[in-house]
Amino acid sequence: MKKIIALLLVAVMVLGLVACGGDKKDKDTFKVGFIFLHDENSTYDNNFMMAAKAVQKELNLTDDQVIFKVNVPEGNECFDAAEDLVDMGCDVIFADSFGHESYMIQAAKEYTDVQFCHATGTQAKVEKLSNYHNAFASIYEGRFLAGIAAGLKLNEMIASGKITADKAKIGYVGAFPYAEVKSGYTSFFLGARSVCPTATMDVKFTDSWFDIGKEKSAAESLMSDGCVLISQHADSEGAPKACEAAGVPNIAYNISTISMAPNTAIISSKINWAPYFKLMIESVQKGEAIPTDYCGTIETGSVELTELNEKAAAAGTKEAIDAAMAKFKAGELKVFDTSKFTVKGAALAEYAADINGDYKPDEGVNVIKDGYFNESDANAHRSAPYFDLDIDGITIK
Amino acid sequence: MSDLKTKKHEPVIHITKRADLVWYKAWIIRAVAVLAALIVSAVVIMLLTKENPIQIYASMIEGNFGTERRIWVMLKELAILLCVSLAVTPAFKMRFWNIGAEGQVLVGALGSAACMFYLGDSLPLPAMLILMFIVSVICGIIWGIIPAFFKAIWNTNETLFTLMMNYVAMQLISFFIMVWVPNGSSVMGVINPQTKSGWLPEVFGQKYLLSILFVAVTTIILFIYLKESKQGYEITVVGESENTARYVGINVKKVIIRTMAISGGICGMAGFLLVSGINHTVSANLAGGVGFTAIMVSWLAKFNPIVMVLTSFIIVFLQIGAGEIATSFRLNQSIADIVTGIILFFIIGCEFFVRYKINFRTKEKEEKNA
Repeated sequence: MKKIIALLLVAVMVLGLVACGGDKKDKDTFKVGFIFLHDENSTYDNNFMMAAKAVQKELNLTDDQVIFKVNVPEGNECFDAAEDLVDMGCDVIFADSFGHESYMIQAAKEYTDVQFCHATGTQAKVEKLSNYHNAFASIYEGRFLAGIAAGLKLNEMIASGKITADKAKIGYVGAFPYAEVKSGYTSFFLGARSVCPTATMDVKFTDSWFDIGKEKSAAESLMSDGCVLISQHADSEGAPKACEAAGVPNIAYNISTISMAPNTAIISSKINWAPYFKLMIESVQKGEAIPTDYCGTIETGSVELTELNEKAAAAGTKEAIDAAMAKFKAGELKVFDTSKFTVKGAALAEYAADINGDYKPDEGVNVIKDGYFNESDANAHRSAPYFDLDIDGITIK
Repeated sequence: MSDLKTKKHEPVIHITKRADLVWYKAWIIRAVAVLAALIVSAVVIMLLTKENPIQIYASMIEGNFGTERRIWVMLKELAILLCVSLAVTPAFKMRFWNIGAEGQVLVGALGSAACMFYLGDSLPLPAMLILMFIVSVICGIIWGIIPAFFKAIWNTNETLFTLMMNYVAMQLISFFIMVWVPNGSSVMGVINPQTKSGWLPEVFGQKYLLSILFVAVTTIILFIYLKESKQGYEITVVGESENTARYVGINVKKVIIRTMAISGGICGMAGFLLVSGINHTVSANLAGGVGFTAIMVSWLAKFNPIVMVLTSFIIVFLQIGAGEIATSFRLNQSIADIVTGIILFFIIGCEFFVRYKINFRTKEKEEKNA
């Protein structure tokens, strides 16, 4: 009775065609496509989705003009999704995950009249395609600020006699051991140590961007190793919830975790992608070029801190963060000030980072400038982080 | 009271096995099940999302057949799922529970990726492709033979053994990516993007066509192998009863190992297609659970390779449709997964009614008894 099945299918298809005939394209034919690695259950992707929705509202675009593709793996599916978005008439396509990059480049080469933008990627300047662009933000500054909140909390614990100064150890749940994560936890640690000089840090990697179980058990094992405060660079609620259960203060990334850990979540640093999405969409609408590499800052509104949880934070946290933020804006404060950290006991005088993504130090490149490590400089180097050093005071478990 | 004693007790419902159901009646039952599934899903969709279920179904069809490209993508997905389903079939037919297809596909993929990574463009494309194909198939065979060997010699539990081999394969891939990409991001990226060395070429302008043809040929060969060959018959006999097989002089150990070699080899080929024909990269989640979905596809088709084309189509249609619902209605993909779950529940559940007959106690009988 395959015939009947076939007939049924045909009938449903006809119905489908009739149903589809209804919606016509808007007068304004501009379209933007978004490719997300996961869906809104991932804090990382949800952060992008919220920004995209906010910009859609601000620019008065319809749901037909802003197309979301969710749960797109970092494989050929990304290329398929990009091609499908091109077919649907998208003028600009954005992908949010590091592993999407080579497929976005492939699509950019094939569809030269469509703009392709990619967050966290490193190859736009290397590939030199006019329709392929990278973007990131100086999130290391945001993490430094969140680190100040952590340091003050440690100070409070020391002052109240809960721990002694030499026990001020932070635990950090990281995803993968590469520059983006290393830059993140190092800046967080430097922020904490700027107010609590005896702070140290243990880092544990989960080798996954989203794994509730692994993140939870990494946080638990760090706590049992004597870490009195936990932060993370991985995308699930695993660590904050483990901390809430154990009553250990914690600091997250990308979203506010106060609802998950009402008594222990202090604050989160986040990238607000709305300024970039707005720039990206408006550039295409006006027919202007999108920057090849873009790094959002505190100034552009790309780097933010979420709501401070007064219940969990130490007194004076807000004031300390505001003061440091003002210094960042004035250019008086540098996160990776080479006088503030050492690598194998020595201060850094020069460093040839891997900028072009060939896993080797780039010859003739020195990222140390005027006494600080010049991180995420989109003009001189690139927006994606390249700080990949292991500094003293941080132990990788 | 004495009346009751003589009254023969008959339950309201009793179930009997159907002797032989005419083939078209079986398909009517299945069609009714699909229809019922669509109606139940429609109610659930309306209750949960307030969207029009007809439009939801329309968007599923749109997602699969909306453009020429979408049809090719659907056919490609179908080909991969079908290929792995074919691979597990000989083992299942032998009642050897091969839960390790995922791992066998992954080591096959790793074999191809290693050739591409180490050889670059040092070989001409045809030689390169043949080499990759052979390496992948051998990798798959090795991964399939290890648990078969232990089963044949020491009668170990193959379900656990093959399952564990999946994790070993995943870790092996993670290890090699770490060696090949020392930046620690665990993202391999496209291999040989400039030279396209080791990439299956486009045929008639279609990049997936060759992969699809590979699977089509495999389907026919496996159908003939299982149905017509002596080895295929031996598989069936071992599956029915190992003792019978031994009695009629079949070397059971040999059949187990040989069959798992075929199973693993086809999985290895799927790995080759995934790397060379489709993704041009490797990652621990490259197979994306296809090794497990394939088990259902194979069972639903009752181990018939030709019917498997239809059952893999149903699964792929639902998966792609689910993604399209998420995109066009901005719904969480969970609603699509719920719909998929309901439809599969009905499709699998209806097999019960194909196999068994439900008899109700009729009025007439009751009267007669009274």
